[in-house]
Amino acid sequence: METKLPKLVRISIVGLGNVGRGVAEVIRRKQEEITRKYGIDLKIVGVADLPGAVVDENGLSEDAITKFKSGETAEDMTTLDMIKDVEHEIVVETTPTNVENGGPGLTHIITALESDRHVVTSNKGPLALQYGKLMDLATSRGKELKFEASVGGAMPIISLIKDNLAGNGIISIKGILNGTCNYILTRMREEKLPYEHVLKEAQERGIAETDPSNDVAGRDTAVKLVILANSIFDRNVSYKDVEVAGITEITLEALKLADDAGYVIKLIGEVDGGGSSGECLKVAPRLVPKDDPLNVEGTLNVATIKTDLAGDITVIGKGAGPIEAASAVLSDIIGIYM
Amino acid sequence: MKISMDIELTDIPGQLVLALKPVSDLGGNILSVLHQRDKKTPSGRIPVQLTLEIGEQGLNRLVERLKERDVNVVRIGKERLKESMMVLLIGHIVHTDLGETIDSIDSTGFAEVVELSLSMPGVDKKSSASVTLSAIGKEELKEALNILERTVNKKGIMIIPSI
Ligand SMILES: NC(=O)c1ccc[n+]([C@@H]2O[C@H](COP(=O)([O-])OP(=O)(O)OC[C@H]3O[C@@H](n4cnc5c(N)ncnc54)[C@H](OP(=O)(O)O)[C@@H]3O)[C@@H](O)[C@H]2O)c1
Repeated sequence: METKLPKLVRISIVGLGNVGRGVAEVIRRKQEEITRKYGIDLKIVGVADLPGAVVDENGLSEDAITKFKSGETAEDMTTLDMIKDVEHEIVVETTPTNVENGGPGLTHIITALESDRHVVTSNKGPLALQYGKLMDLATSRGKELKFEASVGGAMPIISLIKDNLAGNGIISIKGILNGTCNYILTRMREEKLPYEHVLKEAQERGIAETDPSNDVAGRDTAVKLVILANSIFDRNVSYKDVEVAGITEITLEALKLADDAGYVIKLIGEVDGGGSSGECLKVAPRLVPKDDPLNVEGTLNVATIKTDLAGDITVIGKGAGPIEAASAVLSDIIGIYM
Repeated sequence: MKISMDIELTDIPGQLVLALKPVSDLGGNILSVLHQRDKKTPSGRIPVQLTLEIGEQGLNRLVERLKERDVNVVRIGKERLKESMMVLLIGHIVHTDLGETIDSIDSTGFAEVVELSLSMPGVDKKSSASVTLSAIGKEELKEALNILERTVNKKGIMIIPSI
């Protein structure tokens, strides 16, 4: 009897932070199951952080990655050399988002594609700034550039639309794409506590960052909308094209007035196909009827996708968290071989 | 009952006054008159859009009297202001001439502010208000929202429409 050997898929992880380490962990946890179910053998052959990279063509152990992260082992080479010179199939790019110039992630992704490697990323910056260029590069190299984790974390939206809703015309997408804002607005409403108070609480609980401005001013949601606009609606927009308002001005009185009338206030991102039917690309606090599926609480993300055949489809999921984001990265990795 | 009415007048001076007179005779109230002299129907008549407040009985008689005066009644919109939406405002709502803000909608003839709740936490603190807009149709409601958005944006007031 002939047994088919699993296909070896070698992976590097660039940016060993929350998400990068989450990816390493889920690959370790799921390795056997993935080989059994999908016939691919995932092996992490390199990891890179700010100082540089450590590589092992036989696969890096958990211990080796931990030691490298804690600075106990010296790096073997620079990040870019690893991307270029170490034989592997997929670069997982999880460095910090930078929407000013794309940050190191932009160079990493370009280098990876030019080295004929697939890229799976959670990094929003390069996609928000150079989506068209990066996609063209991937296509010209016959490689995939996948980014499910960049919008909505664990909540499936990109592949949901591209794969499961294939054949549908997508009319618009509306949703809550930032868990921090949702948490703040939920707590303000429930506890009747003012914005500043709840923000502090969110920071103490590690839900909001020390500098929360990207989240609360709506910029993070705007960046995700740009990714949706370009990838789902084929629009050619950048961050500067988004009309953005945040949640910092929301008062308790406004929440109360909304509540009395059967509404909640949520920070909603909305994008449509543009053209004659409309040209929506905006982030703003909006009134959401309490019985609307977009009314989800806490740090949850949600999106309602309006389609021409399937009607409205709403997805809800965890927008952040290392394992949650890694779930989206993993499904992108497997998706390349399905 | 509030209604909108499209009528067509013959192109002779004094026809508008002649057409409007029965409204007050029948106890009705004219809210707005949209009269474009330079616009004409293919049959050479002048179209006028009226919004008025009148009872059911009065309306029937009004239509008869208009016919007697050679005024064509081409449409009666009885279900006036059938579309509504609520929006919230946050900012210095009162001190930036609330009356004018409301007027920007009421003066359209196709939409109105039908409800307003105001919450003022303190003298120099921002107030919050919920405003219900009603209009004669979906398009008009959208337009009313646009007008309100433009009006309050100029005043630095934040507007929160519904999804
Ligand atoms: N956290 C989430 O739940 C989540 C969800 C969806 C998407 N994302 C996105 O995923 C990305 C990673 O998020 P995160 O939470 O994991 O951030 P993070 O914890 O700050 O991790 C980023 C990592 O990248 C490293 N790094 C920075 N510059 C580098 C360079 N030039 N070369 C190699 N490594 C470099 C950082 O090293 P140092 O620590 O030494 O600076 C850090 O270890 C971000 O773009 C974020 O927007 C995050």
